[in-house]
Amino acid sequence: MKIKKVLVLGSGALKIGEAGEFDYSGSQAIKALKEEGIKTVLVNPNIATIQTSENLADKIYFLPINSFFVEKVIKKEKPDGIFLSFGGQTALNCGLDLYRKGVLKKYKVEILGSPISAIELSEDRKKFAKHLKKINVSTPPSLAARNIKEAINHAEKLGYPVMVRSGFALGGQGSGIANNQTELKEILEKAFSFAKQVLIEKYLHHHKEVEYEVVRDSFDNAVAVCNMENMDPLGIHTGESIVIAPSQTLTNHEYHKLRSISIKIARSIGIIGECNVQFALNPNPKDGELEYYVIELNARLSRSSALASKATGYPLAYVAAKLALGKNLTELKNKITDATQFCFEPALDYVTVKIPRWDIEKFKNAEEKIGSSMKSVGEVMGIGRTFEEAYQKAIRMLDLDFEGAVNDEIFKKSSIKDVELFLINPTPKRIFAISEGLYRNMKIEKIYKLTGIDPWFLYRIKNIIDHEILLRMKLRKDKNSLDKQAVLKLKQLGISDKRIGALVGKRGLEIREIRNNLGIKPFVHQIDTLAGEFPAKTNYLYMTYNSSHNDLTSSGNDSVIVLGSGPYRIGSSVEFDWTSVTAINTLKKHSKKSIVINCNPETVSTDYDISDRLYFEELTFERIADIYEYENPFGIIVSVGGQTPNNRARALEKKGFKILGTSPRNIDRAEDRSKFSSLLDSFSISQPDWNKFTQISDALNFSKKVGFPVLVRPSFVLSGSNMRIIYSREELASFLKKILSISRDYPITISRFITDAKEIEIDAVAEKGIIKTFAISEHIENAGVHSGDASIIFPPQKIYIETLKQLRKIAEILAKELSITGPFNIQCLAKDNDVSVIEINLRASRTFPFISKVTGVNFIEEAVDAFFGKSGEEKNIDIMKFNFVAAKVAQFSFARLTGADPVLDVEMTSTGEVACFGDQTEEAFLKAEISVGGRIPKKGIFISLGGDENKIKFLETIKRLKMLKIPIFATEKTSIFLNRNGIKSKKLFKIHEEKNPNVLEYFQKGLIDLAINITDNNLKKDINDDYFIRRTAVDHNIPLFTNVKKAELFIKAITEVNLNELPVKSWDEYGARDVNRGVGD
Amino acid sequence: MTFEGENFGALESASGELVFSTGMMGYPENLTDPSYKGQILILTYPLVGNYGIPDKKLWESDKIMVSGLIVSDYIDTPYHFQSKKTLGRWLIEENIPGLIIKDTRLLTQIIREKGTILGKISNGEDIDPPAGPLRSEASEAGFYDPNKENLVEQVSTKIINKLITNNRARNILLIDCGAKKNIQRALIKKGVNVITVPWNFDTTSAQLNEKISGVIVSNGPGNPKYVKETIENIQKLFRLNMPILGICLGHQLLSLAAGGDTKKLKYGHRSQNQPCIMERSKRCFITTQNHGFEVSKIPSGFKAWFTNANDGSNEGIVHKNKSLMSVQFHPEATPGPEDTEWIFDFFLEKI
Repeated sequence: MKIKKVLVLGSGALKIGEAGEFDYSGSQAIKALKEEGIKTVLVNPNIATIQTSENLADKIYFLPINSFFVEKVIKKEKPDGIFLSFGGQTALNCGLDLYRKGVLKKYKVEILGSPISAIELSEDRKKFAKHLKKINVSTPPSLAARNIKEAINHAEKLGYPVMVRSGFALGGQGSGIANNQTELKEILEKAFSFAKQVLIEKYLHHHKEVEYEVVRDSFDNAVAVCNMENMDPLGIHTGESIVIAPSQTLTNHEYHKLRSISIKIARSIGIIGECNVQFALNPNPKDGELEYYVIELNARLSRSSALASKATGYPLAYVAAKLALGKNLTELKNKITDATQFCFEPALDYVTVKIPRWDIEKFKNAEEKIGSSMKSVGEVMGIGRTFEEAYQKAIRMLDLDFEGAVNDEIFKKSSIKDVELFLINPTPKRIFAISEGLYRNMKIEKIYKLTGIDPWFLYRIKNIIDHEILLRMKLRKDKNSLDKQAVLKLKQLGISDKRIGALVGKRGLEIREIRNNLGIKPFVHQIDTLAGEFPAKTNYLYMTYNSSHNDLTSSGNDSVIVLGSGPYRIGSSVEFDWTSVTAINTLKKHSKKSIVINCNPETVSTDYDISDRLYFEELTFERIADIYEYENPFGIIVSVGGQTPNNRARALEKKGFKILGTSPRNIDRAEDRSKFSSLLDSFSISQPDWNKFTQISDALNFSKKVGFPVLVRPSFVLSGSNMRIIYSREELASFLKKILSISRDYPITISRFITDAKEIEIDAVAEKGIIKTFAISEHIENAGVHSGDASIIFPPQKIYIETLKQLRKIAEILAKELSITGPFNIQCLAKDNDVSVIEINLRASRTFPFISKVTGVNFIEEAVDAFFGKSGEEKNIDIMKFNFVAAKVAQFSFARLTGADPVLDVEMTSTGEVACFGDQTEEAFLKAEISVGGRIPKKGIFISLGGDENKIKFLETIKRLKMLKIPIFATEKTSIFLNRNGIKSKKLFKIHEEKNPNVLEYFQKGLIDLAINITDNNLKKDINDDYFIRRTAVDHNIPLFTNVKKAELFIKAITEVNLNELPVKSWDEYGARDVNRGVGD
Repeated sequence: MTFEGENFGALESASGELVFSTGMMGYPENLTDPSYKGQILILTYPLVGNYGIPDKKLWESDKIMVSGLIVSDYIDTPYHFQSKKTLGRWLIEENIPGLIIKDTRLLTQIIREKGTILGKISNGEDIDPPAGPLRSEASEAGFYDPNKENLVEQVSTKIINKLITNNRARNILLIDCGAKKNIQRALIKKGVNVITVPWNFDTTSAQLNEKISGVIVSNGPGNPKYVKETIENIQKLFRLNMPILGICLGHQLLSLAAGGDTKKLKYGHRSQNQPCIMERSKRCFITTQNHGFEVSKIPSGFKAWFTNANDGSNEGIVHKNKSLMSVQFHPEATPGPEDTEWIFDFFLEKI
């Protein structure tokens, strides 16, 4: 049958374990389908993605990716094929569900790509192990268990330590290593709340972990596109590991045996498209023969395949999509070389190093240790022609102010014993413990024993340190030892100008000058998939000092550099890839070639077909300047990649580079608190009272004057001490005492916190100070929840006209005063028509994709037009004309972060977002909440309301819950209050009370499927029982609400909206793009 | 054109044909592959030496065959349970220079654009060993061109070597034109006996007690047209109706013996990722290759068996009705993918 229409399932919100890589894979799949003239329908509520942009899929549904909603889409759209392998585990699970429920059969939808049998086999650990045994492939000795008792028995049979793995879970959720029964029980409790079955596996101590990406077509042609080796040994999830492609420590025999086995497995289960196979390899086999175990197979595009694509230049997702349509690998032309075809295995003439980016310290109480389940929120990939170069690039790419392999600060005061502890226990700091250990003359064999990191890697790191020491020694003898040979060697090892500067007592810029005078510059190389064997037309580039020639000439004046976002992290993720890609696309309109600099392998902006030139490079000043000086472009855009590029504006301008858009001087006026504050004062725009303090007494006096609560912001240098709201004098005093470093260098900022205020976002674009487009959206939660975590509604439903007018006025004044050209965002508070400004960002904000897609006005296109002075008349967005509502809600990944307190607060903790449309707010919000894991409770609701105020506020809403006709449980005081007000509820003891009936027990037994925990922040408690309730809820996969406004809206939505009767409408059917059509064009 | 670099091998000069290989794994196998005789090998993958050098029994011949080695980043701190010594140590022991020049990619691009060129690694005189810079320079005079002589006789075995593991098994004659050891290992694994003979061994006149079921003509270095005696011996085998499998050089020799022709490729195929499409099928195999010449005319009576998917060059021929076949790639792998090992089975089934 000829396929005419294909349904593609996305992966929803970015979460730990399932992130931006699926925007890349989905986008490529859609493009591959379009090329064949096939209509595409996409279901993905992640509005910040590129795949949900105009001109990609023919129909886009911003709906939850579950069988309930997808069935509705299938019924309406009648696709004849479905792609399940481009949207991560979410899409795969949804597809399996659709298949098992008979939906696909009923509507005659063909699963394209790997057959369902392959997916089922790879997802069922027991069956998979059995299958591998049948084809003579080794798997770790393991036993499957369906309950805790069975699992413990198995563990005893295998002997501790054991590895627990759960089926059907993304990113190793619910897995872990247990050294004894207690640890095992702890892991199992969590594992069984996500999975029905777990595998108890013999733990393979310090084995190498190696992975292959296999592509196979329906004619049985199969290639292993890439192999990768984890620097960290087995036991650390591959998403948490430093990964090197290609493998470095494998012999030909090991490499090709494992390669053959991975292809054999792919063949045996009938993969069509792509899969990856993970191996454990014994570095010291007893009999000298190859000793390996297959750990896992993913019958879909994965995080690793995205990495492999970027590491090799081979577009795995694009190829997999074509193969799913029945194409032969040899039919597909290699788009990188433009001379060969895709039935081959890339040869690299460089090495790549991936390092995860963690933000664990952003989460209150979260455990720093990393292991077999994912905690990282993003990743970077360094490319070089020595390991040292690639490794140190990657460390800088993390954008955490690390200059390279060595960090002088972290272990400055640590004893050697402490350093050893950090070597034994893997944390994000381990890489620096290695260099610290080496600096302190620790033996390689010892570090190997403690870490399990192959000495090969340790020797490479030691090489860096040896050269640092050598430089210091030479410098002692001769002040002018920075000769050409010495500097070149350091640069070839990937040591930054700043680091060299630190070693010799100079600034980075001085080293840059010395270096330039010596004629030492990095060279531009192409990634061509064939190591230079064929001339390639590729745009995919990196820079290296291990060369003496450039592969191509500079672009010159008709090109523009766009700085991408760098690694995804809390506070900056796929939304800034959307803004980057949109800016790149818009440059074509202005006859400019685009040059992208980015270093994040999960992004679409680093795809082969997005820009005219792609530098997969650091977003450090040094490297941006290298590229700018080499390319000599028309200018550089710093305002579409989030805060990182924005931070570079000042230095780049100083260097004489042309920044497109608002001048860095004005960026500084907006970002410097004091300057911005006086600017606001001069126009009588109000702002919450604030000041900076270096004395405890002054801080206390100020807080008393403005009244508690206050918002306290320690200086950024004090990592781990986050911004917070403080409710009393005692709390403030003790907090300030803790932050002893409060001094003239590190002042603390305190501002008045306005309670019960509405928070409002202004997104806008201006040209030469005149607004060209402007939109207002409102937060559901009152001020006090970080805007990245807040639920946002457009068009605003509950803002006074008078407030709207004031907001517009403020935006006009600020645009003019800061002479804004390009995107900007203002965050405001409103209470009873009093508007005050919290902050302004003279760059595209997180809400830009949401606002653009909802209003139908592409804010980034407008911004780029403004850069070129061509934005024309204002694109007026009339909020009265919208007859729908869109709700954006945050995705949290607390379950992943052991110990983290899952409470909404002023610090951002969400990892992603979705947005859904509806005829009213409740519908849009409910669909959005379901998209991020919310469920309509069917079993029981648990409520705990701290303080009288919260109880009274919440009463009306709770009364609605009676409509659900399910039991309500509550803590003692809440229960008394509810019963007194006619709401029958059963009292549960708190966890620490250790009495039955207990909350813990009800959570564990699965009797509760909605938990509402609202704390009264004015109450000081000895035992943080609320924290335990919240944490336990999250650990048992129970939807949790901790914010009054959000909980109210959710309850309203589940009691008012009937999901079965909802219309199924695609993006275009809501008519967003039509609302403003013709206006201003 | 000259490149300056650092020597990590023996302080010797070397001269030969400059070739590059894009394979990322298997430098010990590469260096001991007799097909590299007379050549200075450039490895395009920059990091070389990572896992040291294993025991001799894992090599492809008893010594280093390249005249010189050029890499971008030499690793002198290998770590692997099989490692017996560093690559640098090995090169010194075997008197082979090893050069580190940073821009191996540029050298590769030059060869790609200009075609295979002659090169020379020469020692700087004024610098003290062992860490002094070396110079590889290419001027017209004093260059050794390995394509102008019969290299096969330099690398072939001088004696007959019988590996009889099972008296009842079939005997396969391996004509050693510079055979990689893994051909023998692969055949033994298939349960046949292997009798290795010198390149010019004439089966029709010489005495062998064993009955031969089939002949494999091995890989080897240089221009096939210089290997006249082997070509003649193959023609004699044709008359005996002896089943023959040619590998690499053996493929070229079989073709020449049957009336086909060969010519030099611009810069050869030396890699582990060459896609070969099997004619009259939808199948494509990833193969490992090391050759500078190609079969440019398929002899009559034969048809194309495999064709290179990248450049369309011939990668194998098979006789229309006799058990005569040959492949340009290496079914024995090492280094490289093992995907065409079935060629041996296919051949053994036909005899």
